[in-house]
Amino acid sequence: MSRVTYSIKESFSQMWRNKGMYFTTIAAMTAMMLILGLFFVAFVNVNMFTQEIEKDYNVIQVYMGEKNDDVANQEVQQQLQAITGVDSLEFVSKDQALQNLKERWGDNAYLLDNLKTNPLPDSFMVYVNDKDSASTVANQASSITGVDDVVFYQDTIDKLAKVTHFIEVGSMVCMIFLVVVSIIIVANTIKLTVFNKAKEIGIMKYLGATDSFVRAPFVLSGMFIGLFSALISTGLIYFIYTKIIEVLGTDIAKIVSVSLVPAMDLVGFILATFAGLGVGIGIIGSFISIARFLRK
Amino acid sequence: MIEFDNVTKNYGGNTGLNNATVHIHRGDFVFLVGPSGAGKTTFIRLILKELEPDSGTITVAGKDITHLKRREIPHLRQKIGMVFQDFRLLEKKTVYENVAFAMEVVHKSKKEIAERVPYVLNLVDIADKADRYPHELSAGEQQRVGIARAIANQPRVLICDEPTGNLDPVTAMDIMKLLEQINIRGTTIVMVTHAKDIVDRMGKRVVAIENGRIVRDEEGAYGFIQEDEVKNFSHGNLSSYDEGLSFDYLEEVEKYV
Ligand SMILES: Nc1ncnc2c1ncn2[C@@H]1O[C@H](COP(=O)(O)OP(=O)(O)OP(=O)(O)O)[C@@H](O)[C@H]1O
Ligand SMILES: [Mg+2]
Repeated sequence: MSRVTYSIKESFSQMWRNKGMYFTTIAAMTAMMLILGLFFVAFVNVNMFTQEIEKDYNVIQVYMGEKNDDVANQEVQQQLQAITGVDSLEFVSKDQALQNLKERWGDNAYLLDNLKTNPLPDSFMVYVNDKDSASTVANQASSITGVDDVVFYQDTIDKLAKVTHFIEVGSMVCMIFLVVVSIIIVANTIKLTVFNKAKEIGIMKYLGATDSFVRAPFVLSGMFIGLFSALISTGLIYFIYTKIIEVLGTDIAKIVSVSLVPAMDLVGFILATFAGLGVGIGIIGSFISIARFLRK
Repeated sequence: MIEFDNVTKNYGGNTGLNNATVHIHRGDFVFLVGPSGAGKTTFIRLILKELEPDSGTITVAGKDITHLKRREIPHLRQKIGMVFQDFRLLEKKTVYENVAFAMEVVHKSKKEIAERVPYVLNLVDIADKADRYPHELSAGEQQRVGIARAIANQPRVLICDEPTGNLDPVTAMDIMKLLEQINIRGTTIVMVTHAKDIVDRMGKRVVAIENGRIVRDEEGAYGFIQEDEVKNFSHGNLSSYDEGLSFDYLEEVEKYV
């Protein structure tokens, strides 16, 4: 029998003999991977949403006050053009704005037909050269007399950045927790298996078995724990996420014109990452638990 | 085959072995005797590289193992067969599997194992019980399996730590005959024992250790019983004697009391 076959056979037989313990270990590791995975899914979506918004980041909308007229508009236009960093301007009249809104609302546009007066103000779309100068441009634009309100996406992006950051930190903490706790759990499970086989290991060493050969079945068991946990947790994440998309996905698309990242795009990455993480944890955990035994 | 030159090994304040020099040659059959705590097991553990000597040099099969690297230890141990007082068979494996296990763990081929295991089981005269489990065997039979396992990989040296310690005198002598046969076939044997009758009957080389020192090294008998041992014995102080003491020895002691 080759060493590899021998080790794999040994590994499976020892897992089978302690199946309850191995099942619990896999369940615990799966749960932690599940949490980590959901953090990741949330992170990817918020990140994509942020990027979508950043595309419009070079546009600042400058709304005129109520009592403006063509002269005032003219004046504001000149002052806007004078601001450094402004690339071009586009005037949107209040009629134009209403028209645009009707188009956006489509089938529901009839609701706007009953309006006696057009509540929308005249506005300028100000395009900036450089995204970084957007906030200075916005500041200067808002101080121009006749300008009522300045809207650009800085605030939203700042808020989103905070959310992204929170998710990032959360994932990090979760990840460290996952790794440390998993290593401890795996090490403990393997250690119990090692204890069960203490006599056998002792004899093997007298017979001249190498450390790596003695270690192999235990390391393999550790790796299997990681691998099974990765497979199960990825499966669960896929299932949960497709359900979320089913329920929420279309509604979200209506509101913010951004759809959720398709589940299939994430599954491969999650599986590969978790498999690597799980196998790594398994190897470290099993090495720790058998190291002291081999030293004797 | 095994050479100890001025080897000293202390455990903290305890003496394990004190400046011991012993040369064991290929084909020798050597008894290692001495009171409990003398340093016999220490001697064996040094051969197996379970312990590092404080000073001196140790050579096994022509190789200086005094400062052997950790990863070279398995290779050393493959040249040495171990037989234990408590047999140390794996309860969940049959006789055949126990012996085959010894070969599997050093990566012998299926074919080699299939040829060699029946051969050694035959040699130790236990072939008819190949499919039994250890608990279905008598102590003497279990020790035969222990010996079969120890010689499965054709070691150069067989080290036996009180192999007859758990056996009655008759079974013990059977085991000794078996070890002698193995020795005649060329395997060097080092055997730790407290059984005076066995040592006397075999008439082999005897190395006596006391307090970590080699106090005697000669062919023949276990040696005369020292007066203080007799005194200890007469006062009922058995602590310095293992169960391995045979009846003959007890009778001998009683004569002195
Ligand atoms: N791991 C250890 N730590 C400390 N002292 C030890 C250790 N192993 C052995 N000793 C001491 O070293 C001395 C020699 O012990 P050793 O086991 O070699 O004796 P022995 O001749 O095999 O005795 P026995 O016949 O009882 O088996 C004893 O005094 C013992 O207490
Ligand atoms: Mg001893």
